Amino acid sequence: MTVAWRHLKDRIMLGLAVLMGLIILVPVIGMLWLVVSHALPALTPSLFTEVTVGTGGGLANAIVGTFYVVGLGILFAGPLGIMAGVYVGEVDPSGRFAQFIRFTTDVMAGVPSIVIGYFGYVTLVLGLGWGFSTLAGAIALALIGVPYVVRSTETALSKVPRGMREASMALGASQTTTIWRVTLREALPGVVTGVLLALSIAIGETAPLLYTAGWSNYMPNLQLTHSPIGYLTYVVWTYINEPFAPAQALAYAAGLLLLLLIVIVNIVARRLVSRSRLGR
Amino acid sequence: MATPGKVRALDRVMRVATGIIAGGSLVAMAAILIFLLRDSWPSILYNGGHFLTSISWNIGNLYGNSLSHHNGVVAPAGAAYGILPFILGTLLSSLIAVLLAVPLAVGIGLLLVEYLPWRIGESLSFVVEMLAGIPSVVIGLWGIAVLIPWIGRDLGPWLQAVFGFIPFFRGPIGSGQGLLAAGLVLAVMITPIIAATTRDVLRQTPRETKEGALGLGLTRWEMIRAVSLPWSASGIFGAVILGLGRALGETMAVLMVSGSAVNYLPQNIFSPIGTMAATIVSQLDSAMTDPTGMAVHALAEIALVLFVMSILVNVPARLLLSRAVKKGGEAQ
Repeated sequence: MTVAWRHLKDRIMLGLAVLMGLIILVPVIGMLWLVVSHALPALTPSLFTEVTVGTGGGLANAIVGTFYVVGLGILFAGPLGIMAGVYVGEVDPSGRFAQFIRFTTDVMAGVPSIVIGYFGYVTLVLGLGWGFSTLAGAIALALIGVPYVVRSTETALSKVPRGMREASMALGASQTTTIWRVTLREALPGVVTGVLLALSIAIGETAPLLYTAGWSNYMPNLQLTHSPIGYLTYVVWTYINEPFAPAQALAYAAGLLLLLLIVIVNIVARRLVSRSRLGR
Repeated sequence: MATPGKVRALDRVMRVATGIIAGGSLVAMAAILIFLLRDSWPSILYNGGHFLTSISWNIGNLYGNSLSHHNGVVAPAGAAYGILPFILGTLLSSLIAVLLAVPLAVGIGLLLVEYLPWRIGESLSFVVEMLAGIPSVVIGLWGIAVLIPWIGRDLGPWLQAVFGFIPFFRGPIGSGQGLLAAGLVLAVMITPIIAATTRDVLRQTPRETKEGALGLGLTRWEMIRAVSLPWSASGIFGAVILGLGRALGETMAVLMVSGSAVNYLPQNIFSPIGTMAATIVSQLDSAMTDPTGMAVHALAEIALVLFVMSILVNVPARLLLSRAVKKGGEAQ
């Protein structure tokens, strides 16, 4: 093999890798362009003030519903995931039980969301007789999001230097105080990133909500059970198949709002990570 | 000031409480298995092994009074549930997705870790993570509006012209909905997942070995072939299986572009298909009209099969990945 051929091969491989990087840009840019350009006709103030009616109306019920059911889900998933992450990453990181839980959590993250939705349908909607409801939807989203919070919390905790814990303990602080005041505080950006990751996944979920939250054209109410609730992803899925242009525009508008929410969440998460990397 | 005894008690409470909450994931997994098994039990009794091997999905005659009895369970006359088409649809669409996604994802992973300067790499990383975060219904939207017409008009005829000698590429292209559209949509969805994991695994390659290889006069590609890829092979394989698991369970995007076929085995790459996950959604409304409830039990059995399948795929993937990361940790 000549040197020239070896270098040519090196170039070819670099070219292929660059090509792969360019190919993946195509669907990303294509999707952004598609959604933005088609959503424009529907972007009026009434989008945010009116509820969906038949094949038209606004998205007020779906917007509030998304915030409501996702917010409630994260309210469950956040604290529980952080506490589980504290056990796995801090209380007994190398213990057998912690290793087993770590593995189970990873596998749980791979369970299809529709399966978790069906589980919620069987247990909450039918079993407990809640019907399609906000609480059932929020619990399904919490089950989907919690593994991400656990793993991010654990990873963030494992990066805290051991010396900080030892210093805190040497000053006489208990393990609880050390975790609460020192390690968790130090790991906070990573922990919050995990919560934001779960948040962005929950915002984009559809299938599990079809089976647990149902759908409603009305504004969400405070009733947690026996009352279905609307959300943005449902509008995208159903209104795009309507034969009327205004309904389809509504679907694209819902898609655009979802993308905006997820971009915002992602940018905030990224800011946090880079800030923690620079040592604040 | 708390006494040392009190402090120790508080610590113990904290350890036990967080331990119980950590055990919650195990409880949740067990509960999913138990409740799905319980809800699908009538369907398991009624259908037996035919459930996995039969082609016909028929919720039976709901308008007559006749019922069919089998193994002590009751269903409408003529009811029969077979999910072979859905299993094949799931496996084939995921296979297409993996075949397309692996070269893309590994290329991007190498680009991010070995080729691009840190700053540009970070922005491409951001794009990849954004793509991973796009909701599946939005990807389905793109599938309906862009991908399906493109397959029907351009990609389909072109594929037939080039690969027409393979029987699987022959036959009517139709509107563009079907197996190929599902595979492409899934490829778009799992590429960022595989790429991000591949990037993390490649980063574990020990720098000294890489620099040694370059110092010996190897070109960058030779260094990748000799050091990075062998070192990361099992981790990349784990990442691919992880992507496969995601593809098997993806619901909405596939539902929107697959044509939701029932009672029909895929004939070629353009056939309409139904996947297990998509069928659970598309058949719910009609299943709820069955007064004996058997159709809903059959959907529960699909969910059960999907759950077991996802565990069979994810367990080896996670074992490979955790070993890859441990290896990297030891080397550094």
